[in-house]
Amino acid sequence: MEEMPQMERGEAHITVTDLTMGYGDFVLMRDLNFTINRRDVFIIMGGSGCGKSTMMTILIGLKSPLKGQVFYGDVNFWESDPEARDRIIRRAGVMYQSGALWSSMTLAENVALPLETYTDLNPRQIREVVKMKLALVGLAGFEEFYPSEISGGMQKRAGIARAMAMDPEVLFFDEPSAGLDPVSARRLDELILQLQESLGTTMVVVTHELASIFTIANNSVFLDVSKRTMTATGDPKKLLAETKDPTLRQFLTRGEES
Amino acid sequence: MSIAGELLFEQPKEDTLRLILSGPWKLGKDLPSADEVMQKVKGAPAVRHIGIDAQGLAEWDTGLLIFLADLQKFCAEKKIRLKGKGLPEGVKNLLELAAAVPEKKDARKAEGRISFLVLLGNQAVDFFRSVSDLLEFVGESTVAFLKLLRGKAQYRRADLGLIIEACGAQALPIVTLISFLVGMILAFVGALQLKMFGAEIYVANLVGVAMVRLMAAIMTGIVMAGRTGGAFAAQLGTMQVNQEIDALKTLGLSPMEFLVLPRMLALALMMPLLALYANVMGVMGGAVVAVSMSDISLIQYYNQTVGALNLWHLGIGLFSSAVFGVIVALCGCMRGMQCGRSASAVGDAATSAVVTSIVGIIVATAIITTITNILGV
Repeated sequence: MEEMPQMERGEAHITVTDLTMGYGDFVLMRDLNFTINRRDVFIIMGGSGCGKSTMMTILIGLKSPLKGQVFYGDVNFWESDPEARDRIIRRAGVMYQSGALWSSMTLAENVALPLETYTDLNPRQIREVVKMKLALVGLAGFEEFYPSEISGGMQKRAGIARAMAMDPEVLFFDEPSAGLDPVSARRLDELILQLQESLGTTMVVVTHELASIFTIANNSVFLDVSKRTMTATGDPKKLLAETKDPTLRQFLTRGEES
Repeated sequence: MSIAGELLFEQPKEDTLRLILSGPWKLGKDLPSADEVMQKVKGAPAVRHIGIDAQGLAEWDTGLLIFLADLQKFCAEKKIRLKGKGLPEGVKNLLELAAAVPEKKDARKAEGRISFLVLLGNQAVDFFRSVSDLLEFVGESTVAFLKLLRGKAQYRRADLGLIIEACGAQALPIVTLISFLVGMILAFVGALQLKMFGAEIYVANLVGVAMVRLMAAIMTGIVMAGRTGGAFAAQLGTMQVNQEIDALKTLGLSPMEFLVLPRMLALALMMPLLALYANVMGVMGGAVVAVSMSDISLIQYYNQTVGALNLWHLGIGLFSSAVFGVIVALCGCMRGMQCGRSASAVGDAATSAVVTSIVGIIVATAIITTITNILGV
């Protein structure tokens, strides 16, 4: 493995040790070791089909790893019982690739559902929280719209509002800028940064958009599909300056150098 | 519940109100709301300045944001100057972020009351529109069928085979169960009544004619409406959601030929076969009851059934089932193709496909029965 520069930025939030992931007998990635610190904007990057999204499904508890551990703080996530896992993951918010808003509910109902289910706030407070969250993602006034009535970019932002509903400690984003025009993609990146700075939330972003990677990240892991393992972790800007691995270099420069 | 944040008031001057926020401001029942400030200001109308002192603030979350946003709005309305001291940097940023995009004012308000006449008019217009949609769909599928007869329709033989398997062979278990039970029920009801006349042997006539001429076709029709019609609607609806149908269109393939035609063909071919099979099962169900309840032998029952039936009965039954097949396929495919682009729209499409199919089956039965009555067959 290459040198692994690590940026100090608070204690470890999520730690992955000796993780192997795959489907049945098929091993997608092995020997994954990295740490996501509190208040990081952490990028899981790699070429298509390298298992970025699978990595995220493991971190959010939808799919179990073949081997290895994921620690949330000191808690061994996959060896806890299902209720404990649920409790941990309730402190996380997830924005799915295409928003994954529930199509039979309005935006307000989408954001309100987690609050209604897991908090004892009264309806008026919930209404105010919903209004605030939608305003934060620039969707004030769209409370009564159904997901099918707004554009794809707005759906993604509404997805972020829903992910933030419970003031989570960690937010996961699956390909946030996929399918967005460059300006909207940049605004979304800014939104992620602003939210991170203001709320101090740990952000985990799955993406292969170089522009986003260099703008928002302060830490990352690179999954190399040809070697079936990770080859680097750290601040992408430093990685670009220091790496000698041709694959990573090619990825970070769109194959234009080397 | 942990201790909530605290709000204290100070009024150093006549026109100045100072709010002192302290403790953890996290969402919860006991968090002070902006209403308290509003009450206070109403009690002291001379207040022109509100200062917020948040130096004693511990942790915070959306609860603080909502409080401050409400306060900002209130102060803007009353033209009161609002100043903050010691507010966390993040809170200021978030408030700016929330105010960055102005609220969309023309967004849909709660829909006002619609008068009964408007509602009735809309329903009538919708009804005529849906009738014309239906006619259009029937027309398009006829055109596709004519193309098929000329050997020009574009569809995949393999698809047709798969659909035939799905709505033919795989439907056998449920058709077996339903038609056997319907045969038994008819025999039970008939045997009890006919016993009074000592004419139990005519149970065979009752079950045989009812099943072969009518019930087998209707029961398979209804089973297939729920089983296959709903599936067609859901499948085509999901394809609509995933833009698969758009992809066919841009490729120059007609969805009518490529998707609808094989489904209609498969169901129109398989339904008479299923109905034929249901005839046999129904008669067997009747036989089980008749033989076990009274002293009729199996051979007697068989001979009586054969004597009671003629080819007209069978023909009418099979014709009806082919018609039902077309109706079920038509409704399923039409609702699927008309489906909107969301998950709930797919559910609506499947529901309305089943409802429309069953209504269609009953209406068609009524028409066929009337015609055969007039013709005297």
